[in-house]
Amino acid sequence: MAEITSLQNAIRAHVRDGDTVAMEGFTHLIPFAAGHEVIRQHRRDLTLIRMTPDVIYDQLIGAGCAKKLIFSWGGNPGVGSLHRLRDAVEKDWPGPLEIQEHGHGDLSNAYVAGAANLPFAVLRAYAGSELPKHNKNIRFIQCPFTGESLAAVPAIRPDVTVIHAQKADRKGNVLLWGILGVQKEAVLAAKRAIVTVEEIVDDLNAPPNACVFPAWTLSAVCCVPGGARPSYAHGYYDRDNRFYQAWDNISRERETFLNWIKRHILETEDFAAFQARLRESAKEQLV
Amino acid sequence: MSIGNYTTTEIMTIAASRLLKNGAVCFVGIGLPSAAANLARLTHAPDIVLIYESGPIGAKPDVLPLSIGDGNLAERADTVVSTPEIFRYWLQGGRVDVGFLGAAQIDRFANINTTVIGDYKKPTTRLPGAGGAPEIASCAKEVVLVLKQSARAFVKKLDFLTSVGHLDGGDARKKLGLPGKGPVAVVTDLCLMEPDSVTRELTVTQLHPGVSREQVQKATGWEIRFASSVQQTAVPAEDELSVLRDLLHRTAIAHGQAPAA
Repeated sequence: MAEITSLQNAIRAHVRDGDTVAMEGFTHLIPFAAGHEVIRQHRRDLTLIRMTPDVIYDQLIGAGCAKKLIFSWGGNPGVGSLHRLRDAVEKDWPGPLEIQEHGHGDLSNAYVAGAANLPFAVLRAYAGSELPKHNKNIRFIQCPFTGESLAAVPAIRPDVTVIHAQKADRKGNVLLWGILGVQKEAVLAAKRAIVTVEEIVDDLNAPPNACVFPAWTLSAVCCVPGGARPSYAHGYYDRDNRFYQAWDNISRERETFLNWIKRHILETEDFAAFQARLRESAKEQLV
Repeated sequence: MSIGNYTTTEIMTIAASRLLKNGAVCFVGIGLPSAAANLARLTHAPDIVLIYESGPIGAKPDVLPLSIGDGNLAERADTVVSTPEIFRYWLQGGRVDVGFLGAAQIDRFANINTTVIGDYKKPTTRLPGAGGAPEIASCAKEVVLVLKQSARAFVKKLDFLTSVGHLDGGDARKKLGLPGKGPVAVVTDLCLMEPDSVTRELTVTQLHPGVSREQVQKATGWEIRFASSVQQTAVPAEDELSVLRDLLHRTAIAHGQAPAA
């Protein structure tokens, strides 16, 4: 049953060194506040899973939290490279990062298999591709009925999945809408799940087919307004495209990256303080 | 409009948009493919159905998305489904007419690399990776590729084969048993190429106005073939150019970038 608690408590209780962690959200509802809290609490040796690592995992990788990354598209969307991811893969900084890469269809199917408690997912892809040569978790099987060769990938079963959503009610039932990505599958595939939300309300007023997590499917629900920024929360705030562009410069060099992480994440108490510090930095740069 | 009154990127985007038929169901990659697909929607193909891998089906964004999951893709879409559903029911389900992709490297059989430059384990450049391309390349009924032409991108041998085109040519793709036909066109800033009907090797069938065969050869890492009769790409019409420029202008303002001069 979901405990309504602070983000600090939720991360302390449910994200442990060495865990396999999925923080999902396809461009939309990326749980940045939770990612920052993992950095603040100095978690190490994590296996990070995300379809699109995005800036959130660039931060975690550069901050030294990850030993392995499972992903399907690792760029800064609309901007270019994720420099911290590249530095880790190309130059082993701040440490070597093992990577296991897939395609989007493959990884999303692997979450579905995890949610369904099946050992693997099946899909029609990869014939002719070199990805299976470098990823032993992409294999081929024969359909027992038609003989067709199909790709198979093991189910994803994270120790903990972390997502951001729009609303929870006071019991901890959660509602999200807009671009849903793979969050439902990622939560149901995981042993534990943390959800940060924009607000906690008396009544979700969810229509019958809405994407709702009953409170008993979650471990912790934390109210963190703005917790997806610089990603967005449909109906609450837009994607901060300027920050995604600014990240290119912040993250390009190790020193500017480390200074940014120190000033904005390690030296702030929580996400509200982080946002205040970010506004100060923006003002200073305008001078 | 007279020749030279447009940029090479503009004619590439316009030439790519012309390949999309009204009513087609199009699975759109971010960047140039998204620009061309939306230009088609705003000009000759108002009923085109744009699908983005984040979940929107029938997206009608008023400005181009910066990322593949921008909110404006969802807002005016016919419906928004989950990412697994997009790949399972809509793409693998056989409902996509055209997969519209970019690439970092391409070879003569339109296989593409979006993974690494250099060795996989010790890459000189780590690229973003596959995204949805391997599944799109397998399952879309047809694939159209759009990318700028240079000898660095059009290579004799890919550093990594991420998503399959026509593999080694001939009937190699057919033997793999993939449901889709594979790439039917490659649009660049210099020309349009189509696979030969027998060998499946990319063959230049259209040159953009003012582009020479030598220019195309110089920007290709293998000995490029030309069709027996090479057509000239039609000069951009006034409305194609004005709609594209308006779209890019609105986009730049929306994303807080300086509008293009």
